[in-house]
Amino acid sequence: MIKFKLIAGISLSLLLARWKQTLVAAIGVTFSITMFIALLSFMGGLNSLLDGLIVNRTAHVRLYNEILPSRQQPVEQSDDFKNKYAFIHSIKPRNERLEIRNSGAVIAAIRKDPRVVGIAPKVTTQVFYNVGSIELMGVVNGIDPEAENRLFAFSEYVTTGNFMDLKNVPNSIILGKAAAEKMLANVGDVIQVTTSNGERMSLKVVGYYQSGLQEVDKVQSYASIATTQKLLGETNSYITDIQVKLKDILQAPAMAKEYGQLFDVEAMDIQTANAQFETGSFIRTLISYAVGITLLIVAGFGIYNILNMMIYEKMDSIAILKATGFSGKDVNHIFIAIALSIGVFGGFLGLVFGFGLSAAIDQIPFNTPALPTIKTYPVDYNPNFYIIATVFSILTTYFAGYFPSRKASRIDPVIIIRGK
Amino acid sequence: MNTTVLEAVHITKYFHDPLDIQVLKDINFYLNRSEFVSVIGKSGCGKSTLLYILSTMDTDYEGDLLIDGVSMRQKKEAELARVRNEKIGFVFQFHYLLNEFTVLRNVMLPGLKLGLHSEAEIEHRAYEKLKILGIEQEALKRPNQLSGGQKQRVAIARALINDPLIIMGDEPTGNLDKKNSEIVFEIFKELAEVYHQTLLIVTHDNEFAARTQRIIEMEDGKIIRQ
Repeated sequence: MIKFKLIAGISLSLLLARWKQTLVAAIGVTFSITMFIALLSFMGGLNSLLDGLIVNRTAHVRLYNEILPSRQQPVEQSDDFKNKYAFIHSIKPRNERLEIRNSGAVIAAIRKDPRVVGIAPKVTTQVFYNVGSIELMGVVNGIDPEAENRLFAFSEYVTTGNFMDLKNVPNSIILGKAAAEKMLANVGDVIQVTTSNGERMSLKVVGYYQSGLQEVDKVQSYASIATTQKLLGETNSYITDIQVKLKDILQAPAMAKEYGQLFDVEAMDIQTANAQFETGSFIRTLISYAVGITLLIVAGFGIYNILNMMIYEKMDSIAILKATGFSGKDVNHIFIAIALSIGVFGGFLGLVFGFGLSAAIDQIPFNTPALPTIKTYPVDYNPNFYIIATVFSILTTYFAGYFPSRKASRIDPVIIIRGK
Repeated sequence: MNTTVLEAVHITKYFHDPLDIQVLKDINFYLNRSEFVSVIGKSGCGKSTLLYILSTMDTDYEGDLLIDGVSMRQKKEAELARVRNEKIGFVFQFHYLLNEFTVLRNVMLPGLKLGLHSEAEIEHRAYEKLKILGIEQEALKRPNQLSGGQKQRVAIARALINDPLIIMGDEPTGNLDKKNSEIVFEIFKELAEVYHQTLLIVTHDNEFAARTQRIIEMEDGKIIRQ
């Protein structure tokens, strides 16, 4: 203990004797840690914002039926043609309904699964919006507004009106903002829609929906499940999609496969549906880590230089310490302690400033019509960034101090003393 | 009282750079407790080189060195540092005080490194040593505020802090004027006579050497008289 105190005391004195240089070194570390934290927090915020555009609004696993040709053609089932190759031309998709068969039982079964956060059933259908004599293409999503909001933050994208009106007002619709502008439909207006079967229905506009993706807002609109079923003339068990939200998004591909086989439906997991977002996030994160770590290494060279200079200046002191009984190890510890205290002090200030800079970025207004819910630049206050920055600042300063310290510990006192 | 504290056995040393030169040739001598010995010789005769070997700082030699009856040959760097810390006190031509510390702290450092006593005890002992050397009122100054003679006395106090077996001096008066040299010599004499301190001083000042108890004279890497 007394030895530790002695080494620390000598380190501190040497450090204070050259306080201007050590301050510059510490500022280097502070700057790099500040930028590291701010950069990663901002990049992290941006990533989760962009991911959120898709990921938070998309089911982790989506069950649906698709018009597809049969996977097994009748000829393949016949015993007469076993071990033969069949070349079949002009295969047509089989005539199948988009409805998920036995949807009530499927929903009940998935609800019981402990890996599932919740599910939201959906009825999707193509429609035409009738504006005078013009027909506009559109898609009506029949949803359960409560489940949709709880799982996929539906209310965040309803920029005008209350999303719960879908449930409370009969025959109501929330139009995509771009579609509503095309139709000149205001909230409270009644619009006409026509289904592909020729059914026609009047729906009251109760709000606007804005996703931030213009192409989506031009066609998508939302109604309640019951309204959509009525529009299609179907019974109340008619469901075309089941959207499942999982506790662990990484399990989605495995569970999609499992559900697809179990319920005999198409099952799409979020990773497959949005592969490009995953890649984009990964590359952005990689770049910000690379820049941050580069900054730290540059700061490490600063510390290396200053320690080297200090060792040249303090050659005499090192020699006399060794002559009076300090071992090479003690001298080594003294310089490592100097390097580490620069790292710890500069790093700690860097964490504080980094947090401050992130908070400042968080206050800068950022208004864009594409992202209605975002008012300021996004920042992710992830404690992992702070942990990584701390570990790296200590590691780089340790290595920056390692070589000069080793040199100092090997100084031969005889050469210095004889040289005088 | 006539026990041997230091013994050099057939010590031989070569310098390899730029050419192989034998600087020390089969040096044999011993040092008894409370002896005040000086080593003299012309410049380049190897007396400083010998001192660095005797002080354990230079380990590149042939032969053996016994301090307090223990061979230094097989000891590792950290063990030799411990020997220097505990048994040897140094006074060099240059004072080598650390300007970052007060005079008192400079004296205390080897004591703190040895760690035999508490910090308060070491501070008390450091004051005692400074008092012996008559500079206790300078204890809280920085070394660069002191005169050359005072600095050398602080360096002697530092050498004394762990009550070493031997004090070794490498031209301790070489940088001092006549008056300060006299003061330093008187201090050494007092240490030898009053405190029975063993002293081994390398000097080229024959007048200084003449007043010590024993003179070892060297020439061309050999002891010619002792």
